[in-house]
Amino acid sequence: MTGKEYRTITDVKGPLVFLNKTEPVAFGEIVSLRLSNGTIKNGQVLDTSDDMVIVQVFEGTAKIDREAGVTFMGDVFKLPVSEDLIGRILDGAGKPRDGGPDIVAEQYDDIIGAAINPYSRRSPHDFIQTGISAIDCCTSLVRGQKLPIFSASGLPHNDIALQIARQAKLTGSDEEFIVVFCAMGITAEEYNFFRADLERTGALEKAVLFVNLADDPAVERIITPRLALTAAEYLAFEKDYHVLVIYTDMTNYCDALRQIGAAREEVPGRRGYPGYMYTDLAMLYERAGLVKGKKGSITQFPILTMPGDDITHPIPDLSGYITEGQIVISRELHQQGIYPPINVLPSLSRLMGSCIGEKTTREDHKSVSDQMYAAYAQGRELRGLVAIVGEDALNERDKQLLEFSGVFEDKFLRQSRDENRSIEETLDLCWTLMSRIDTKYLVRLDQKWIDKYHPDNRK
Amino acid sequence: MKNEGLIYRISGPVVTAIDMKAAMYDVVRVGTEGLMGEVIELHGDKAVIQVYEDTSGIRPGEIVVNTGETLSVSLGPGLLTQIYDGIQRPLPTLEKEMGVFLTRGVDADAFDLEKNWTFEPQVSVGDTVVGGQVVGHVQETDTIVHKIMVVPGMGGVVKSIESGDFNVTQTICTFEDGTDMQMMQKWPVRTPRPYLQKYPPVIPLITGMRILDFLFPLAKGGAAGIPGPFGSGKTVTQQSLAKYSDAQLVVYIGCGERGNEMTEVLDEFPHLIDPNTGKPLMERTVMIANTSNMPVAAREASVYTGITIAEYYRDMGYDVALMADSTSRWAEAMREISSRLEEMPGEEGYPAYLSTRIAEFYERAGRVETLNGEDGSITVIGAVSPPGGDISEPVSQGTLRIVKVFWGLDAGLARQRHFPAINWLNSYSLYPQSLDQWFRDNIAQDFPEIRVELSGLLQIESELQEIVQLVGSDALPADQQLTLEVARMIREYFLQQNGFHEVDAYCDIHLQYKMAKAILAFQESAKSAMASGAQLGDVVNVPSRSHLMRGRLNKGYIDTIDDMVKIMLTEIAATVEGN
Repeated sequence: MTGKEYRTITDVKGPLVFLNKTEPVAFGEIVSLRLSNGTIKNGQVLDTSDDMVIVQVFEGTAKIDREAGVTFMGDVFKLPVSEDLIGRILDGAGKPRDGGPDIVAEQYDDIIGAAINPYSRRSPHDFIQTGISAIDCCTSLVRGQKLPIFSASGLPHNDIALQIARQAKLTGSDEEFIVVFCAMGITAEEYNFFRADLERTGALEKAVLFVNLADDPAVERIITPRLALTAAEYLAFEKDYHVLVIYTDMTNYCDALRQIGAAREEVPGRRGYPGYMYTDLAMLYERAGLVKGKKGSITQFPILTMPGDDITHPIPDLSGYITEGQIVISRELHQQGIYPPINVLPSLSRLMGSCIGEKTTREDHKSVSDQMYAAYAQGRELRGLVAIVGEDALNERDKQLLEFSGVFEDKFLRQSRDENRSIEETLDLCWTLMSRIDTKYLVRLDQKWIDKYHPDNRK
Repeated sequence: MKNEGLIYRISGPVVTAIDMKAAMYDVVRVGTEGLMGEVIELHGDKAVIQVYEDTSGIRPGEIVVNTGETLSVSLGPGLLTQIYDGIQRPLPTLEKEMGVFLTRGVDADAFDLEKNWTFEPQVSVGDTVVGGQVVGHVQETDTIVHKIMVVPGMGGVVKSIESGDFNVTQTICTFEDGTDMQMMQKWPVRTPRPYLQKYPPVIPLITGMRILDFLFPLAKGGAAGIPGPFGSGKTVTQQSLAKYSDAQLVVYIGCGERGNEMTEVLDEFPHLIDPNTGKPLMERTVMIANTSNMPVAAREASVYTGITIAEYYRDMGYDVALMADSTSRWAEAMREISSRLEEMPGEEGYPAYLSTRIAEFYERAGRVETLNGEDGSITVIGAVSPPGGDISEPVSQGTLRIVKVFWGLDAGLARQRHFPAINWLNSYSLYPQSLDQWFRDNIAQDFPEIRVELSGLLQIESELQEIVQLVGSDALPADQQLTLEVARMIREYFLQQNGFHEVDAYCDIHLQYKMAKAILAFQESAKSAMASGAQLGDVVNVPSRSHLMRGRLNKGYIDTIDDMVKIMLTEIAATVEGN
C-alpha cells in the first residue's frame, strides 16, 4: 500500500488537506506529505470516500501547496513502545526531542487505544498520600483515579502538580510512580520549569515527557495526549509500573479540537466546541484505572485552566462529568497568599470513600474530613453575614466557626512547597484545629473518635 | 439491487454504503470484519449507516452486508444477572474473547443458549393462545419466575406442548398451523412491545429514601427526571434506587458514564441483599454498561436495549424499575450522529427530533394491563446532566415536559454535604393526588396531611432565612426561631440520609411516617412549653432530642422510636418547671 505518492490535493483549509480520489484509503490511516522543499509532514485521515479524502495535518499546513506529494502509510497511528521510553523526552508527535536516538520498539501500539471492558476493571482502593493536607484529608486520591486540577491563568497549578508528582506515594509502601508528563501548548517557560523540577528531584530519569509547546502546531495537540496515554498503558499494563500521568493544559487541547471542527465546518456545540467533545475527552480520561490480571495502574492528573475562572465553561464542565472529582484552585485564596490555594468546598474525590478508613489511612478519617469540611463551609458562609451585621451579632457557636474558617486556611491549607505531611500528621493537625471549637458543636464527629483523638483527651 | 453493497465513505462512526438494497433501521455488517451497524438514512442509492464499533482502518470499497433484520434484543431466561454493552453483548463473554480491552468484530450470544431450564407448561393441547399469552414458565432465579410468552402477533391452536428440561432454542410448543415457538424470542428495540391498556398510577414506588417517598413520591409506572450538575449525587441516587426500591426487577443502564463507577456497581451488587426479598440484588437485576469511551452509536442504542428488556418483564406482570444514567449522554450520542449526517441542528446543536425521542422513550413507562391480562409496570428514572447545572438546556427541558416527577439535585446542598442533595424547594411530584389514597389505606390516615405540614415548614423556613441573612437569627421572635429549629430538624434528621450507611441507607416507609410524626410532636410540645414560659434554648437542647435524632443510625430504630419520643416530650415538659 505504501510507496505510491499522490499529487491530487484540491483544497487546503486551516489544518486540513483535501485530496481527490486515490485508492481506497482507510479511516484513521496515517499520511505523509512531502513538500516541494523536501519537508515531510504527517497527518491522519479524518474522512474517506471514493471521491475525496480529508487529511488532518499535525504539523500545520504552512507551505503545503497543490504540488505536495501525499503518501498513505497503510496503517493507523502507532507509537513504538518499550521500556526505553523511560527517561526520554519526545515531541508532541512522538519523535525524540532530547537529541537521543529513536525509540527501539518492542511493539507498536495503536494510539487511539481500546476502551477497557467495564467488567474487566478492578475497583481502585489504594490511598495515595500526596503530602498535601487539603487533598489527603478532604479529597483523597486513589491509585487508578482521574482527578483533574481545575485552575485558571495566573494560579500555581503547576507547583501543585509537581508537588504531587514529587511526594505521591502509597502509605506503607516504597512503590514509586513513573511520571508520564504530557505538555500541550504550554509555554517554553512553563515547560522548562517542569523539566528543571523533575531534573532537580531525579524524577526525570523515571519519567517520559511528551512535549508540544505553544509555538508547536496546534493540531499536533490532538495526538500528544494519546501518545502519552499509549506509553502509560504499555508501562502500566505490560510492564507493571504504577504510572502517574500529568497533562497540561487540557484547555489548549480542547481549543485544538475546536479548530479542527471549525475547519471541517462542523455544526458546533456550546461555545463553538464540537458536539463530540464529551466523547473525545472521555476517550482520554477513561484511559485511567486498574484492570484484572495486571499489576500496574494509571492515575491521571489533568490540569485545565478555566477560561474566565468559569467552572460552567464547557471544558471544566464536560471534564467534571467524566473525571472522578476535581481539585479546584481558588484565586481568592491565592491572593491571600495561601499556598496551595485549594478551595476544598467545590473540590471532590468521588473515590475517596473506597480508600480511607482504618485499613488504609485512619479510622477517624471520614468523620474528621466531614467535620472539617462542614465547619469550614459554615464559617465561610458566616463571613458574608458578618460583612452585613458585624461580628457582635453572632452567637457563640457562629463566632467559633468564623474564627475556625480563618485558621483552616492559615494552618491547614497553608503549607510550603516542599512540606510533605503524612496522613497521620494531617489528621492530628485537624484535631488540633477543631479543638478550638466547642465539642458540642462538632456534631459530625463520632463520640468514640472524640474520646480517642481530641487533644483534651489524649493527654 | 442486492443485499450486499460496498463502502463509499467513512466519517467516524458514520459509514455510507452504495449499491445495497436497504430499508431504514436494517442491521448491516460493515467491512471485512463484519462490524455491526444500522441504516439510519437513505439518500438516493446510498445508505447511511451508524456503526456500533470503532471504524479506524476500514476502507472504501469493503463489503457491506444487509441482514434484513432490525436491531433486536434476545429475550428469554438467562437475562437476569447479566451485564451487557449497549447492543446486548455480555461483557464477561467479551472479556473472554478479547481480553480486558474491547476490540471489535466479536459477536456474542446474549445469554447461554445451551443451558437447560425446567419448563412447566400452563396450557394444554387444543387451547387457543394469542400473542403475549403465557404458555408456561421456568424458575429463572430464586425470586423471579420467568413466564414464557407467545410472541405478540403470533399464536394459534396448541398442537403439542412440552414439559421438562430444554434450552432456549429448542421447541417447546407447536401450533396447528405448523409454526412453533422456543423460549427465546427476539424483539426490535425501537418498537414498544404491545399491551392492552394503560392504567392510572395509584401505587407508589417505595424507594426507602425519605425525601422521595415522603415529599416527592413516584408512582409505579411513572417517570421521574433527576437533573443535576456533576458532583451533586445523581449516580449515588440512581444506585440507591436500584438497590432499595420495591420494584421486582431492575434494569440499570449506565449510558456514557464512568468506567470505574460501573465497576463499583458490578463489585457491589452481587454482595447486596434486596431488603424486600432477602435475596442477592443481582438476582433481580439486568445491567447495561456502555461507558463514555465505548462506541457512541452503541450508547445511542443502549437505552432502547434496556427498555425493551424492561417491557419484556413487564409483560410477565412484574413491576420493573429502569434507571438510565445518564440520558444526557444518550442525547449527546444522537447529536454526534446527527452532526455527522450534516442534519440541520435544532437548539445547541441537538437534532430537531430530540424532544420527540425523549418523549417516546419516557412514554414506554407505564402501568399496563398486559396481553396476558395481568398488571405490570415500568417506572423510568432518568438522570440528566445539564451543562453547568443549568436546566434551561434542551435535554432537561425535553425531559421535564414529559415526566411527572422532578428531583432537582443541587450543587449547593452537595457542597454542604447535605445528601441526598435534592432541593426540596424546586423539586416536585405530580403524583401525590393519585397516590394519597394508597398512603391513607396502607400507612396512615393522616399521611398526606403530615406531608403537607412538613413541606409547609420548609417553605416558611426559606422565607425566614432571607430575613436571617439580613438581621441575624437572634433578632427573630422566639416562635419563629423555633420554626427554624424544627425546619433544621426536618433537614438534618429527616431529609438527610446517608446512602452508604448500613442502616440509614434504607428507611422503611412506616418508619418514615414515625420520624415525621416525631418532628411534629417536638414542635407541638416545644410550642406549649414555651407558651408556659420555657426558654427556647432549654427546649431545643434537651438531650433526648439528640438521642432521638442519632437513633436513626441504629438497627431496630422502628421499635425504639416511640419510647424515645415519649422521653423527649417528658423532658421538654420539664423545662417549664426548670424555669
